[in-house]
Amino acid sequence: MMALARAVAFRLLVAALLAYLLFPFYYAVITSMKGGSAIFSVDYWPSQIDFSNYARIFSEQPFALNMLNSVLVAFAVVALSLLLGLTAAFSLGRIRFRGRNALLFAVLAVSMFPQVAVLSGMFELVRAFGLYNSLLSLVFSYMIFTLPFTVWVLTSFMRELPHEIEEAAIMDGAGPWTLVVRIFLPLLWPAMVTTGLLAFIVAWNEFLFALTFILSNEQRTVPVAIALITGGSEFELPWGGIMAASVTVTLPLIVLVLVFQRRLVAGLTAGAVKG
Amino acid sequence: MKWMPRVIGAILVLFSALAMVRPAASEQVEIAISCGAVGVELQLCSDAVRAWEQASGHRVRIVSTPNSSTERLALYQQVLAAGASDIDVLQIDVIWPGILAPHLVDLAPHVGGAAEQHFPNLIENDRIGGKLLALPWWTDAGVLYYRRDLLEKHGLAAPATWQEMTEVARAVQGAERAAGHRDLWGFVFQGRAYEGLTCNILEWVDSHGGGSFVADDGKVTIDNAAARSALALAASWIGDIAPRGVLNYDEEAARGVFQSGNAVFMRNWPYAWALAQGADSPVRGKVGVLALPRGTGENGKTSGTLGGWHLAVSRYSRHPKEAASLVTFLTSPAQQKIRAIRGAYNPTIPALYEDAEVLAANPFFGQLFDSFQNAVARPSSVTGVHYNRVSSAIWRAGHEILSGNAAADARLAALAVELNRIGRRGRW
Amino acid sequence: MAAAAHDSLTRARVRTAWLFLAPMLLVLAIVALWPLARTLLLSLTDASLGNAGAARFVGFENYLVKEDGVWYGLLADPLWWLALRNTLTFAFVSVAAEVVLGTLIALILNARFRFRGMMRAAVLVPWAIPTVVSAKMWAWMLHDQFGIVNDLLLRLGLIGAPLAWLANADLALWSVIAVDVWKTTPFVALLVLAALQMLPEDCYEAARVDGIHPVKVFFFVTLPLIRPALIVAVIFRFLDAMRVFDLVYVMTGNADATLTLSVHARQILVDFQDAGSGSAASVLLFVVIALLSVLCLLAMRGEVLGRRQ
Repeated sequence: MMALARAVAFRLLVAALLAYLLFPFYYAVITSMKGGSAIFSVDYWPSQIDFSNYARIFSEQPFALNMLNSVLVAFAVVALSLLLGLTAAFSLGRIRFRGRNALLFAVLAVSMFPQVAVLSGMFELVRAFGLYNSLLSLVFSYMIFTLPFTVWVLTSFMRELPHEIEEAAIMDGAGPWTLVVRIFLPLLWPAMVTTGLLAFIVAWNEFLFALTFILSNEQRTVPVAIALITGGSEFELPWGGIMAASVTVTLPLIVLVLVFQRRLVAGLTAGAVKG
Repeated sequence: MKWMPRVIGAILVLFSALAMVRPAASEQVEIAISCGAVGVELQLCSDAVRAWEQASGHRVRIVSTPNSSTERLALYQQVLAAGASDIDVLQIDVIWPGILAPHLVDLAPHVGGAAEQHFPNLIENDRIGGKLLALPWWTDAGVLYYRRDLLEKHGLAAPATWQEMTEVARAVQGAERAAGHRDLWGFVFQGRAYEGLTCNILEWVDSHGGGSFVADDGKVTIDNAAARSALALAASWIGDIAPRGVLNYDEEAARGVFQSGNAVFMRNWPYAWALAQGADSPVRGKVGVLALPRGTGENGKTSGTLGGWHLAVSRYSRHPKEAASLVTFLTSPAQQKIRAIRGAYNPTIPALYEDAEVLAANPFFGQLFDSFQNAVARPSSVTGVHYNRVSSAIWRAGHEILSGNAAADARLAALAVELNRIGRRGRW
Repeated sequence: MAAAAHDSLTRARVRTAWLFLAPMLLVLAIVALWPLARTLLLSLTDASLGNAGAARFVGFENYLVKEDGVWYGLLADPLWWLALRNTLTFAFVSVAAEVVLGTLIALILNARFRFRGMMRAAVLVPWAIPTVVSAKMWAWMLHDQFGIVNDLLLRLGLIGAPLAWLANADLALWSVIAVDVWKTTPFVALLVLAALQMLPEDCYEAARVDGIHPVKVFFFVTLPLIRPALIVAVIFRFLDAMRVFDLVYVMTGNADATLTLSVHARQILVDFQDAGSGSAASVLLFVVIALLSVLCLLAMRGEVLGRRQ
């Protein structure tokens, strides 16, 4: 009897939790199927099933292309930050040298400035390198968000690995590059997935840089494309379309998380915890 | 005769090749214009631009910019501060000529007499330091929406003054609530701490004869008796005829309350008309539009804040002459007429308000002609680059008064001091 | 001899370290150095956004200056102090709530039940929706007249009349905090979940056999073991929370009740086009965060920075 009550209570707790986490997303889905005045009424269930908002976002602007751009940028950002982060984390996590902590703090300090303050300087850089209106400008500028985080997390993961691992390899005459690629990369794989996913979400959701550094519709990324969805007039908010676009954008991320969730949890486990 | 189609084909190819080559020979240039984003606005813009391409032989690229005007301004500033030639023609808010003045081309030498056909107050707005920095494209002014059915039901006349509106709103709200319509409120407007609140405050103050914060000669005028009583009246609405939530309403939040049938009066821009009359609108056919109420007192008048968008040419454009010609074309009566009919954009040319086709498409245009013609401008020309700071000081003060955190008298005196500091005692 | 060999080996190792750090440092330097240095420099000038070139050096006037016996500058501006108070409240309350709630969610997720994988993916959804969109969505849900939150609470009889969540100065900051908690709790939950899964089973067995109350087990066994994971989460959450911008800006604009340091800096920099003062506001935010971070890192020195040295 007691066990049954406890099981029921647990289920209820899980259900409440799910409702709390997912309700806004659910609300977005039902709103995306509404149009016009219906957005001003409170509905708990979909009042109509209508995919015209979805059709419209793809027909009125190159939304599919925008999604492709976002995917390209996000993957490039992830690859670059992981590569740079991994080599840096090897130095910071495995080798003792003076100024190491200062360096770590300096890397962290980069992410202490509000984004809007960095914008003008970054804009000048982007123009100076001739990257204006190119997706490369985004890959380049997103490093300022992803590198500090990647370096920090990977360093802390790297540090947790026992010393014996590399000693044997060094005895065998392995160079540092071999060490990183052959020894640490496989061990850190789950950690890489974790940080990679975090960097991916950052790059996928970024708005301000993407708006400022890209000028043509064909090069835009998804968050900016969503901001470009307008109603029939200046003030009208095309809520259904915005929600449809948001749902469309969030789905790939959910799929990504579902695919990686085992690795994700395992990855976080490896570094952040032990010790 | 097998060779016939081939020859015809060859000739066609040759001609089309020539057709493609010819404009280039006459120095075809590409102009980039920022207008709209997607939807009707973009469609209208791109149709108009194609027409100009046909007429001029030049090419036009449309750059879409975000709908949010703050984001758009920030983007422009970034691009212009870098001296970038990426956008030639800019669609700018009516309050931006002063802010962007250093980056804009004087259009006067390029447009001839085209400026004279527009509302004089709009041209006045675009003339800064003797230079004509933009041409008006469409205009906007605050108006009062009301529930005709509810007023008729309770036998009340449409109000002419703010005082009357307050009483009517209170009466209808009370009667309807007693009859079971518990969510009904008397009046909704834009009370959020943002530019829209400055527009609302301007209407209250100016309609009471309290001026527009800063006079044209740069003198700060806000601390006067008319302004004080206007704001005191507005503050009395909160919690009485207006929900407390109005302090975070923008245009759409207010429209949401009104359009779902939960408000008697609403202050908004003309865009809400078509939506309130939409097929799925709960208040369809029950809505009327009025000029905003007059203030009480001998100087009371009706005044709606001037809104709308204009077209300007960037100083960094490589082809200012062609860009100016595109601006003239887009703001011409013929183009504005198309926009008025297809998109209900309010023309900036008085003659179009008498045009039968325009009136057929937008019956309320004629009725609101006075509102558009006499719309009161925010003090953006005189305050120039300081305008946003001025506006922020105004809506911050207004928000405090409305929330009941400050008394109108004391807060307006403090606001005057603040504006004087920003404007260095009227020198700006 | 052996010492010399060891020395050269160490030197070689250190050389390798710098070699391997070089690409990351180079990229970070290119990306970050100029924008950050520029912000620092501009904060000492009277530059406007339109003509950063024609700026005049004004020393620390943007920060604090006394003229004719009156203090001017950001540090003399009550609004800055209000923003500081709001930001600190926001950061401490939201991070604290996220840690508590995140741990609770992690504990639930750590239990074995069907659909656990799906549940873990579901947990991440709030975090994956673009902030600009979720903030607007919440603003709509919290609307006092047609928002679903008021509707739900009214139906449940928890409130008697609709509340103006975002307009009422007493509620607005808390509403924004609540949305931030919704949005970023998953991040914390995931980190804690990972930590929980690493815990050795035998401790729990022993505890169960001894009949110790589960709550006691949590506080005396589990919590100390997941502490490092919590610290990592707290540091990065805190950095982000101190710089919170888009959530607040979308939901309540520039309203005083929720004005944060980032919103304030943006307003000066972008809306007012005052690059000098705006940069100074950004630098001040940086200084505040840096000071708090140093304090935080010193307090947990053993666990975050130079462990095993």
